[in-house]
Amino acid sequence: MLVFLIRRIGHGILVLWLITLAVFGLFFVAPSNVAQSLAGRQATPETIALVKHRLGLDLPIWRQYLNFIENAAHGNLGFDYYHQVPVTTIIGQALPVTVSLALGAAVLWLLLGVFNGVISAVHPRSLADRGLTLFSLFFYSFPSFLLGLLLLYFLYFRLTLAGFEWFPAGGYTGITQELGSWVQHLILPWLALALLLAATYTRLTRGSMLDVLGEDYIRTARSKGIRESRVVVRHGLRSALTPVVTQFGIDLGQLVGGVVVIESVFSLPGLGKTAVTAINQQDLPVIIGIVLFASAAVVVANILVDIVYAVLDPRVRLH
Amino acid sequence: MTASLEMLETSAPAIEGRSPFLLAFRRLRRDKVAMVSLVVIVLIVLMAVFAPLFATITGHPPNEQYRDIGLTPDGLPRGPNGTFWLGTDDLGRDVLVRIAYGARVSLLVGVAATAITVAVGIVLGLAAGFLGGVVDTILARLIDVVLSVPFLLVAIALVSVTGPSLSITVLVIGFFSWASVARIVRGQVLSLREREFVEAARSLGAGDTRIMFVDVLPNVLAPVIVYTTLLIPVVIVTQATLSFLGLGLPPPTADWGGMISASQNYYTTAWWFILFPGLALLITTLAFNLFGDGVRDAFDPRADRLR
Repeated sequence: MLVFLIRRIGHGILVLWLITLAVFGLFFVAPSNVAQSLAGRQATPETIALVKHRLGLDLPIWRQYLNFIENAAHGNLGFDYYHQVPVTTIIGQALPVTVSLALGAAVLWLLLGVFNGVISAVHPRSLADRGLTLFSLFFYSFPSFLLGLLLLYFLYFRLTLAGFEWFPAGGYTGITQELGSWVQHLILPWLALALLLAATYTRLTRGSMLDVLGEDYIRTARSKGIRESRVVVRHGLRSALTPVVTQFGIDLGQLVGGVVVIESVFSLPGLGKTAVTAINQQDLPVIIGIVLFASAAVVVANILVDIVYAVLDPRVRLH
Repeated sequence: MTASLEMLETSAPAIEGRSPFLLAFRRLRRDKVAMVSLVVIVLIVLMAVFAPLFATITGHPPNEQYRDIGLTPDGLPRGPNGTFWLGTDDLGRDVLVRIAYGARVSLLVGVAATAITVAVGIVLGLAAGFLGGVVDTILARLIDVVLSVPFLLVAIALVSVTGPSLSITVLVIGFFSWASVARIVRGQVLSLREREFVEAARSLGAGDTRIMFVDVLPNVLAPVIVYTTLLIPVVIVTQATLSFLGLGLPPPTADWGGMISASQNYYTTAWWFILFPGLALLITTLAFNLFGDGVRDAFDPRADRLR
């Protein structure tokens, strides 16, 4: 197990290092006029050169990369070009928003997906099964921005017009500031994200439940006279959840850098929206910092999933 | 004895070989939802192909701005009427005609990016799984890297640096999607290459390339076909998302994501401006997903057990 762990973490670090190379290559080779836009339109070439020098942009690319890696190893991802705020501070401010969004939505989509999946598997090919499959595929097919706008139109605009000011148009309040307002601002984004992702879980739960319910020990449990609901939940669902847990870990990791659109539509100042703003301003340290952070989240999530899997299924460790 | 055997031979129906693909195709043809979806997909393709016909019939070219008859005196879009069947957009252009032209962009990107993705994914997945060794180690790490990068963020950043265009969109989507296909193919090939038929081919003197593409490839096609049909709607949504974030095709080219993005500021006053492009996009992705779902069921032997 220890060897497996060390090898897995070693792989993760290698992948992250390759990503720093790729990201650095992509963004620094591309032509950038950030010094120009920082110095202003009427800046003399001398001023632009000075700005470049201060940002370290006049150094050779490999020197910039080495500096970056050295600082990153000390937990310093650089400073943003415009206000000289540490990138780690920017990520630290945006992360709670993204985590609030992802975790709240996760609760919803797990409940929705697993519940629908179990119902479908218990009555395969029934009307309920087909209806639920259609329902989840319908929302799965939605482009996230369209679903977000639709929710805003009906649940914010129409409701507010009708005199029910239940949901705000967007924005964010910290959970420590005011719990009620935090929930109120996040309900619509949670709903949007959960509906988009639930389909995967419905299908996964349905498939794995169908497999499990065909097992001998389920027949044994039934023949012992255990209530059907107990057979399904205690004996069936329990072992059917392994692939769901795996998918859940992977999805959570991906969401850190993947909720760009939902955050933009609902004006949530999370990692995605911060990154988009940085991209529009060519604020390279912020872009690179967030891309790396999000990649690290995926890598870590994958390692955790592998560990959970290895604990549940010892055969995995051999390969 | 011989007589009865002859009788048996003549009376028994000819036994035809049925490949897994033929079986899957037959199952698919019985799937009503999949067939309806296929019809819808064909209709959308026809709409894209005959987009100029929409312009001819309505008399409105896709980029013509009717600032006089297409906008209200306040400069707002006009709702559906006899002249503009699905209303006009913020610049007084015909929404119906632009939706028809937008279908071209969505389908073109959907098919082109998927084709690149699958071609690259198959070749690299085959190479990694079959050749093994250093090739596999390098490719497997590369797959890990691509799958770990936050795709949408990097895509937006790349397009914002290079400037938006059709080919950039296709390349960026293809560049970040091949890894999933490669991973599927690699996993399958890893077990296939140990099978006897590979050994048989080798003993007959076949080289690596021939074994990979002639003997192994057909055996991994089923999951790839399933993945491909389900990838097209994902690609279409990704293209629309890039457009929505302002990184689609440069104006005035009509495309669905861009139309929806422009309609955001008018959704309180001009419902048709967001509804119809939104519906076009949703119906397209839904049709592809339902069809893909049918294809998956058709190829999945487990699905049979339930019938």
